[in-house]
Amino acid sequence: MNRYFTVEHEWIEVDGESATVGITDYAQSQLGDIVFVEVPSANTAVSKGGDAAVVESVKAASDVYAPVSGTVTQGNAALEGDPALVNTDPEGAGWFFKLRLSDPGELDGLMNAAAYQAFVEGL
Amino acid sequence: MRYLPLTQPDRTAMLAAIGATNIDDLFVDVPIEARLTAAIAELPLHQSEMAVERHFSALARQNMAASHHPFFLGAGAYKHHIPASVDHLIQRGEFLTAYTPYQPEIAQGTLQMLFEFQTQVARLFGCDVANASMYDGSTACWEAVGMAGRISKRKKALISSGLHPHYVSVCKTMAKYTGDTLDTALPCFEATDSARLIDMIDSETSCVVVQYPDILGRIEDMTAMAAKCHEAGALLIAVVTEPVALGALKSPGEMGADIVVGEGQSIGVGLQFGGPYVGLFACKEKFVRQMPGRLCGETIDAEGKRGFVLTLSTREQHIRREKATSNICTNSGLCALAFSIHMTLLGECGLRELAHINHATACAAANRLAEIPGVSVINEHFFNEFTLKLPTEARPVVRALADRKILGGVSLGRLYPDNGELERGLVVAVTEVVTPDDVEAFATALQEILS
Repeated sequence: MNRYFTVEHEWIEVDGESATVGITDYAQSQLGDIVFVEVPSANTAVSKGGDAAVVESVKAASDVYAPVSGTVTQGNAALEGDPALVNTDPEGAGWFFKLRLSDPGELDGLMNAAAYQAFVEGL
Repeated sequence: MRYLPLTQPDRTAMLAAIGATNIDDLFVDVPIEARLTAAIAELPLHQSEMAVERHFSALARQNMAASHHPFFLGAGAYKHHIPASVDHLIQRGEFLTAYTPYQPEIAQGTLQMLFEFQTQVARLFGCDVANASMYDGSTACWEAVGMAGRISKRKKALISSGLHPHYVSVCKTMAKYTGDTLDTALPCFEATDSARLIDMIDSETSCVVVQYPDILGRIEDMTAMAAKCHEAGALLIAVVTEPVALGALKSPGEMGADIVVGEGQSIGVGLQFGGPYVGLFACKEKFVRQMPGRLCGETIDAEGKRGFVLTLSTREQHIRREKATSNICTNSGLCALAFSIHMTLLGECGLRELAHINHATACAAANRLAEIPGVSVINEHFFNEFTLKLPTEARPVVRALADRKILGGVSLGRLYPDNGELERGLVVAVTEVVTPDDVEAFATALQEILS
């Protein structure tokens, strides 16, 4: 599976030059009930580590960073009406945005599932 | 009453506790050349409370107080009658605080009052949602420009030439640090610059800021402006410095304005030497997450009872830190309360009636003043404030009127120094406190001065 993880608790699923980004199950469990998500609109340029989206729970508002650089092709419109999708299916239907990668080499520094699992257990 | 209860033994004991022998020991770090060697010349020594009171009363008597003479000053701050009940009610212990609640949910009464205030502001402005108030109209205006920038992700604001120049100044001060570009222009007597602004709106425009009625008292339909803004992905911001006008005029929200801000002073808050005042801020619901300031919401508690909370706090800096929508983390609590109580006492019918009286009184005054040879009213439309064009510079005329105990308006030369023909403009506000005798005294004096 071409899924990578960041230390900021985003996941990115890569399919050729395209990728889908969301926040991990661990992230949603820490945030609690999510009440609002702001996703980037298509054609927004994002850079690795830069702000890309905002997620608000009853406890806090947090920025979601772009795991890699690229151009957003689609934000998940379903989250506007149903932000709780991030709680119920964070690594599936609760995805945040899709983007076209500008430098696939940037994936090299990210963790795979096992490494992320170990990282979370160490927190 | 004793204000200085510290006795000499108290001082000695305190000095002993920190190992200092006398008061001067506390100042040894101040360089000798920076210290005073003697009392300041010409500054009198302390005096008794009675003497100070007498002195300051005498100084105060040199002022021409708004209530003592015919008074026609406006241009952003308006003298209206405030019922005695407003001042009585705002001073009740349950209400009396200038501050926003920081442990809000234990202060249900305060929150309910803020919720009512927000409801009144939203209805007055024709908007979906209003916040719990800002510092004043000018800062509310800037916050609206900043908010439009966040929503549109653009940095160019077009400012109408009819926006109060002090509001323009505040925007310029703030824009210096945010990198926003403000397109500003001077007003002219012949026409507003709405057509020019509509032409200028493009894909880089974040917002257009229009005052309603404008600084010269003119009133324009904003519908076409709103349509052009929306077509270009820009926001229309309307600024209302005299909210009583909305008792008679169509609200900016109904004409398509996205954000409506204003100065709430004219309802329930006195002139008070220019402050504290209360900024009003309202917008369309879809923009609420980009709104600055405190926002009170209605909810139900665990037992199903109606209750109030401060809501959408994730916009604010105690949670969002540097990414908050604004650095304001308070509201003008007491002035908002006064606004809300006065508005409640008026009710919709009362506000409409008050607006009607203002307009009728202003029309009578405009007609009378326009009879003076050489004086013309530049407005096609106005509410309770209009601009006279005098045959001469207005500033010395205002001074000459003041010498005759008449506060006869705000000269445009004061607001726009050194700008040619504008120096002949005199902005005259006429509210319900103005009597026919006041108008006659003003007109007579003005005619004498000009002849």
